[in-house]
Amino acid sequence: MSRKLNLRERYQRMTRDLAWEPSYQSKSDIYPQMEFEGIKIEDWDKWEDPFRLTMDSYWKYQAEKERKLYSIIDAFAQNNGHMNVTDARYVNALKLFLTGVSPLEYAAHRGFAMVGRQFPGAGAQVACQMQSIDELRHVQTQIHTISHYNKYFNGFHDFRHMHDRVWYLSVPKSFFDDAMSAGPFEFITAISFSFEYVLTNLLFMPFMSGAAFNGDMATVTFGFSAQSDESRHMTLGLEVIKFMAEQHPDNIPIIQGWIDKWFWRGYRLLTLVGMMMDYMLPKKVMSWREAWEIYFEQNGGALFEDLARYGLRMPKYWEQTIEGKDHITHQAWGIFYNYTHAAAFHTWMPDNEEMDWLSAKYPDSFDQYYRPRFEHWREQAEAGNRFYNPTLPMLCQTCQIPMGFTEPGDPTTIGFRASDFEGNRYHFCSDGCKDIFDNEPQKFCQAWMPVHQIYQGNCGGATVPEVLDWYHLNFGVDNFDYEQSPDKKNWDKWKGQAAEEPEAPDEAA
Amino acid sequence: MADAKNMVYLALQNNEDARPIIEAIEEDNPHAVINHFPAMVKIDAVGKLIVRRETVEEKIGREWDPQEIHISLVSLSGNVIEDDDEFGVERDN
Amino acid sequence: MAVKAITPDYKGEALDGVDKFHGNIMFHVNWEKHLMFCAPVAFAMPPDAPFSTLLEETLPTAYGYHPDWQKVDWSKVEWTLDHEPFDPKPDASLEDNGIVHRSLLRFTVPGAEGIAGSGS
Repeated sequence: MSRKLNLRERYQRMTRDLAWEPSYQSKSDIYPQMEFEGIKIEDWDKWEDPFRLTMDSYWKYQAEKERKLYSIIDAFAQNNGHMNVTDARYVNALKLFLTGVSPLEYAAHRGFAMVGRQFPGAGAQVACQMQSIDELRHVQTQIHTISHYNKYFNGFHDFRHMHDRVWYLSVPKSFFDDAMSAGPFEFITAISFSFEYVLTNLLFMPFMSGAAFNGDMATVTFGFSAQSDESRHMTLGLEVIKFMAEQHPDNIPIIQGWIDKWFWRGYRLLTLVGMMMDYMLPKKVMSWREAWEIYFEQNGGALFEDLARYGLRMPKYWEQTIEGKDHITHQAWGIFYNYTHAAAFHTWMPDNEEMDWLSAKYPDSFDQYYRPRFEHWREQAEAGNRFYNPTLPMLCQTCQIPMGFTEPGDPTTIGFRASDFEGNRYHFCSDGCKDIFDNEPQKFCQAWMPVHQIYQGNCGGATVPEVLDWYHLNFGVDNFDYEQSPDKKNWDKWKGQAAEEPEAPDEAA
Repeated sequence: MADAKNMVYLALQNNEDARPIIEAIEEDNPHAVINHFPAMVKIDAVGKLIVRRETVEEKIGREWDPQEIHISLVSLSGNVIEDDDEFGVERDN
Repeated sequence: MAVKAITPDYKGEALDGVDKFHGNIMFHVNWEKHLMFCAPVAFAMPPDAPFSTLLEETLPTAYGYHPDWQKVDWSKVEWTLDHEPFDPKPDASLEDNGIVHRSLLRFTVPGAEGIAGSGS
């Protein structure tokens, strides 16, 4: 009598049992990227599938999530849900998200498809292929969710184009370009482990909680819809590390090197998120300092204690992040305030209540180092002399952030490091970024650095308006301070806070 | 904490789909601790947490596949154990 | 150390060699303890430009916004060039002063500690 297969059998038949040993091509020809990184895998069958999800179940549950998500997005649009956000300053966090984060989801989609093809093990292939589709789903749902805001606010209209060109967006872009041009084992360590496991809460929670606290139902809904995908991604990240560590002792120093590199790169990238948490949310969730304490110092500490059994240790320079948590967000907001004339979102100075919140959350740094310059800027702005930095900044060759980070232990002095390579000098913001360059100079000497490219005349022209045009940034609309922005004028009218007649929403879609 | 190394958790969205699952977990895992956060429920336990298909089916009055939990899952910690009758996490350090 | 690449002896082409700047050099300047300017700045100038151009035109444009700028006593300013003490010759060119592509100039104005002495 025939019987139904149970879950374990179904999973085995529809994944592992569909694999085969090649008989007329060599494995090294079919999987040419397996050797060059030096990682040794003796037995792919030792890979433990974190979940037993077959493709038919995958499609069924993902489709269910999509149905729920899109019905909420429809309701949001039909009910002008954008009017429920705390105020229009919040929408600038979404501009940063769409231009900076959504394209990374697309890059992850491509990256996981690439590594899914390159790994010989069926379990790893299935997990990577599912993640590739998950990430495509994420970019699509983010675009759909945020497209509603594009009808009413500025700066969203050409996110793909801007991601490839705008100076601050080279920070996230270069992060993923680095991962995708690495080998498959480095890619999966960088993204699945370092990003999707160690640091995931520091990207996801701030944006999604920020949305919840600020009345952005659409983004909250996207967040929930994506979260269960993330639990699969997290477990893949942990499995990857354990698998590589258990396969061969020679893998340990290689893995450690990648953990060191990608922790630091992720930490620098997350500066943008920390800045968003501390400065761009009218209703705050928690401070970056608090988030770092919970999600890295405590959770991360426990994780690495666990991994010590393999001979892995905490990432290099982790102690600098403890000191940095008091400073990096204020320094980053200062960078964007300096260059708002060239940014596709608005900035502003915090009001008194917000400054007091910052003083309370940053008792060791805010009042001493940052309040004085912010109060000065605010005074000047009120007097009609709002500060815009007229000169292009110096960039770090590795993280590509303007060199606004200070020397550990001295928040009044910029940190400088440098290396010489093949007749050229390269500059870095930190030991972490310098080490990354020194380990792979042939890679990082090829970085497309926005400021350098502007000076080479490759960005549309020699003047700021020409460069902004090349960015597809609408001058006087997308840029400059929030106070004078069309976004604010529109918001005040829609909320009945202005005297004049309401304007039609901007038709920049 | 002495038990820290054996802690596992399941975090679920706090919505109608997840309500019977959360109730089933409470019933079948007396050692579990339920923590409420904005829009999320995090359930901590020492050693093991199990969601039983039968218990959920009793509550919702229809057939239920343990893999439906994917629709409500936020995050988890521990080694996943699953078959046709249950979905869970365990850790044995 | 070298990058691990799938092609042996992998070489990358640097995008920022001096040959790519149409006759200019790109170099950096930092006014110490004035972090209102969030980061050091980058300039692209001809190497034969006199250093005095920097003092009389370029730096005032870059830094003039700061209330400390008017009080700078140039006879007291301390310079470093690529971390070595530097004594600029205003009439000589950038090149003859030893400023090359990717050089870093830092200057300190004794007694000027930024807004409210906070290093801003």
